[in-house]
Amino acid sequence: MKRNVLTFALACLCAASTSGMGGKEQPPANPRIKLATTTSTENSGLLGHILPIFEAKTGYKVDVVAVGTGAALKLGENGDADVVLVHARAQEDAFVAAGHGVDRRDVMYNDFIVLGPASDPAVIGAVKSSTEAFSKIAAAGAIFVSRGDKSGTHVKELDIWKAAGIAPSGAWYKEAGQGMEQVILMANGMPGYTLADRGTWLAVKDKTTLKICYEGDKGLFNPYGIIAVNPAKWPTANYEGAKALIAWITSKEGLAAVEGFKLNGEQLFFTYK
Amino acid sequence: MNPFLGSLELIFSGDREVFQVAATTLRFSFWSTAFSTIPGLILGIALSGHRFPGRRTVAAVVSSLTALPTVVIGLAVYSFISRSGPLGHLGWLFAPAGVILGQTLLALPIVVSLVYTGLSKLDARFAETLITLGAGRFRRLTATLFEAKYVLASAVLNAFGRVTGEVGVSMMLGGNIRWYTRTMTTTIALDTSKGEFERALSLGILLLGISLTVNALVHAAVKHEQ
Repeated sequence: MKRNVLTFALACLCAASTSGMGGKEQPPANPRIKLATTTSTENSGLLGHILPIFEAKTGYKVDVVAVGTGAALKLGENGDADVVLVHARAQEDAFVAAGHGVDRRDVMYNDFIVLGPASDPAVIGAVKSSTEAFSKIAAAGAIFVSRGDKSGTHVKELDIWKAAGIAPSGAWYKEAGQGMEQVILMANGMPGYTLADRGTWLAVKDKTTLKICYEGDKGLFNPYGIIAVNPAKWPTANYEGAKALIAWITSKEGLAAVEGFKLNGEQLFFTYK
Repeated sequence: MNPFLGSLELIFSGDREVFQVAATTLRFSFWSTAFSTIPGLILGIALSGHRFPGRRTVAAVVSSLTALPTVVIGLAVYSFISRSGPLGHLGWLFAPAGVILGQTLLALPIVVSLVYTGLSKLDARFAETLITLGAGRFRRLTATLFEAKYVLASAVLNAFGRVTGEVGVSMMLGGNIRWYTRTMTTTIALDTSKGEFERALSLGILLLGISLTVNALVHAAVKHEQ
């Protein structure tokens, strides 16, 4: 009985909190879109820059839940998000293949970079590839801070270790289990190396004394894709909203908004032209 | 900048987001405190007023539940209100209702436990006197509640303090969505992860200020009643 009362009261509250929404001319039937994405798109400020344009144009309201790529895909799989914007191509394809998502589109890209102390103790400045850089870090036993959270960046890092034929472990290898900014700041404090996406690096670099020790290899390409949660599997998902967002972000206007996002004069994300 | 000056500047700068975040925090805390107070009072009074086998065990269980980590409550509620959980059809995950539900469950054992221990400390002769004076069941209850109003106020304040200050439930069930479920504590967590320590600290001081104000107001109200 008490639970019923509680449920009822909470339901009332819920209804009251949503009834005040809308107000746009011809608002969509279901105006809230839940976007599960990575910390790199939200915390860099990109979504805060582009989503208001989409919202003003369509009357949708995008609720951003910023987690790692692995967690974002899991939210989509469990029907707790309507659309996901992530960066781990193999996992994205698996997500679609398993029937969790539909309408996958490429959105933008930037690249991963290897950050390290200004003194570059493992001397990776002159190496030819990311795998060679990682091998030298491991061989030197220099501190490396790993995301350790199944994020897109973590997946990329593990791919590089694998390609280098190294199973990282030992006192030098720190699994932080935190977001990108936090991990960069930890690497800054230790100090140590870490793999980061360029967007987050540009957003926090003023707070650190780290530098880019290695960049530019093809393997460090970092593409972002957007996927709608499969409405056949989750009829509760806001598929109309997801479609609208996907259509807008891949439109000329959406891509221009992504291109136009700059931090300290530097562009963070690039689109395919 | 000095974080104290920073928090003052945050308050007086008229930053819309800071006010919105503070208002969200207060709204969530208000409802979860309200929802936990009524059943909490009933259970606390029932526990202190009735003798039944295993009462001490129940009291011990309740008091250990007050130490439950917020992330455990968050995780349990999460699994219920996720679309793939039994209450998924409600759509409460990453919405205010989810946070309020989690915070209510967080506050409930605190209210029960504090009401129970507070009422147990009342002089036993108080109840006997009421009976001797011929007070009925209802009269005895209201008189006890009046006598114990400090206990009740402190139980409610403790619950309120716990839910305004918690971050696990808000983060897991609210998702830290800007303009929607972002609270002061999740903003502090976010600012810290972004390395914006000063802003985080300023918000922390503002949170402390809100907490102090609420406490002062309730204490003044209780005192005034006397």
